[in-house]
Amino acid sequence: MSATALETREAVEAHAPGMISNVLTLAWRELRDALRARSFLLYSLAFLALGLGVSYVSAASTGSLGLSGFGRTTAGLINIVLLVVPLMALSTGAGAIAGDRERGMLLFLLAQPVSRLEVVLGKYLGLAGALVACITLGLGACSLVLALQGGATEPRTMLWLAGLSILLALSMLSVGVLVSALARRASVAVGTGVFLWLALVFVSDLGIMAGTLAMRLPVKSLFLATLCNPLQAFKMWALHSIDASIDVLGPAGLYAMDTYHDALPWMFGASLIGWIVVPLLLAVVVFSKRSPV
Amino acid sequence: MIRVDHLTKKFGSFTAAGDISLALARGESLALWGSNGAGKTTIIRCVLGLLSFEGTISVGGRDIARDGKRARSLIGYVPQELAFYDDLRVWEAVTLFARLKGVARVDLDATLDHVGIPDQGGKRIRELSGGMKQRLALAIALLGDPPLLVLDEVTASLDVCGRAELVALLGRLSGQGRSLLFASHRADEVTSLAQRVLMLEKGRVNAEVPVNQFVAKLGAGSVLHLHMPAPSRALAMELLRGHGFAPTLNGVGILVPVPATQKAVPLRLLAEARLSVDDFELLSPRDASLGQENHA
Repeated sequence: MSATALETREAVEAHAPGMISNVLTLAWRELRDALRARSFLLYSLAFLALGLGVSYVSAASTGSLGLSGFGRTTAGLINIVLLVVPLMALSTGAGAIAGDRERGMLLFLLAQPVSRLEVVLGKYLGLAGALVACITLGLGACSLVLALQGGATEPRTMLWLAGLSILLALSMLSVGVLVSALARRASVAVGTGVFLWLALVFVSDLGIMAGTLAMRLPVKSLFLATLCNPLQAFKMWALHSIDASIDVLGPAGLYAMDTYHDALPWMFGASLIGWIVVPLLLAVVVFSKRSPV
Repeated sequence: MIRVDHLTKKFGSFTAAGDISLALARGESLALWGSNGAGKTTIIRCVLGLLSFEGTISVGGRDIARDGKRARSLIGYVPQELAFYDDLRVWEAVTLFARLKGVARVDLDATLDHVGIPDQGGKRIRELSGGMKQRLALAIALLGDPPLLVLDEVTASLDVCGRAELVALLGRLSGQGRSLLFASHRADEVTSLAQRVLMLEKGRVNAEVPVNQFVAKLGAGSVLHLHMPAPSRALAMELLRGHGFAPTLNGVGILVPVPATQKAVPLRLLAEARLSVDDFELLSPRDASLGQENHA
């Protein structure tokens, strides 16, 4: 007997909650869990402390330089964001699914009337909410310090930096969730997340430099290779926002300014959004095919 | 309520469940019985749509592979051991799963009272005993009053008292028109809860029998091994022979072949005759004969 014929003959009335309802329920649960987690609190404190330190030192050293001082502070904050936010997002995402699988919680959750897509999206949204809270708190506190120090802060710049930081966090969270969907054990997932962080923060730059020297990469390829790294895309976009230029990046920056100019923000945005969407979709596909145990 | 046709699940080259077919009607209870590795849990996970498989499974007429979410809304599932966020409070866990099951309002007190854990709503899950956790899992499974309960060796991690209490509770629940599919390797649970039994061995169906035949099948040829003081063995042998049994001495006690429905009769006869029994065990004929050979 075909499955359809069977369904018609024996169908029992079944009501399952809608997708949005389930995603929001799971997201809320994940958000509360993340905000309670000790590791997340430590990351938040580290981000806050480093951000406040940069703001304080920068404001103190610039005195009444006003907006230029704020620009210097923003540049300092970009480096803090580049270091802390990807690590926080990658390790948080990496623990999301693998940890639940290892503890047997995933099995019980998936035995309920929820789909795997809902579980991934719920976890992603909840963790994204926690990251947004952390970034907003950190950068908000920095703005406050700058304002109290008498520096003329421009809220729009800070808001823009917060927005870019959130995009970076979301892209790294997607990668983390993908790693988590692939890994069987939480420790392997988090270890892989940290390795990726090292690769993106440190090894990627060195790799591009080595590749440029060894293979005599043309400047266009150099720029495009740099653009493929979400951290570099964030950095270039942030610098471009402060200065309306990325000349500071050298020949690749000059080439990009000359060649793409107005299209550059779109290219940076496409890179970051691509890093959000593609790994997340892959995570959904991988998670749908893998056993929850 | 459930229809499984030619279910096969392989892990690499290992066949965990091979060509399993079963059907469970509304209000009926079916036990998956077998030793560890027989394929009970694999079948349950396939019924829940947690594993990919060959064949077809429908729950309430809905194909679990194509319409898993709605099929699962008809199922209340209790695992071997509740693994969930340990620092969640009981009321939070109940509320969370009620939302996921689309239950708009939950009477927490009534829900917990129903499964015998009243006044536990404020406790964290990690503070609950194993038995209480299983009752909480059962409370969660019953949210939304699903027509089908699926239980996977729910008493495996409990002590004797906890096991008896939970089985009694499940017995009361299964008598309320719900279908029950459960896995167990304990014959006493099977006889308490099931109407039919699927006897599994190494991922294959050995037999599908009504529960009364299961008892006969299981008990046929059992041997009661009585450990008793040497001076009273001769009297015991004589007494048992007098009541139609064929006891034999094996050096540390007496072996008594017993029919499925009379396993406790020798114990009762000896107790009535004030002959003390230190210990006893129920053996298969094979184990009993091996014991005899080793002793010889």
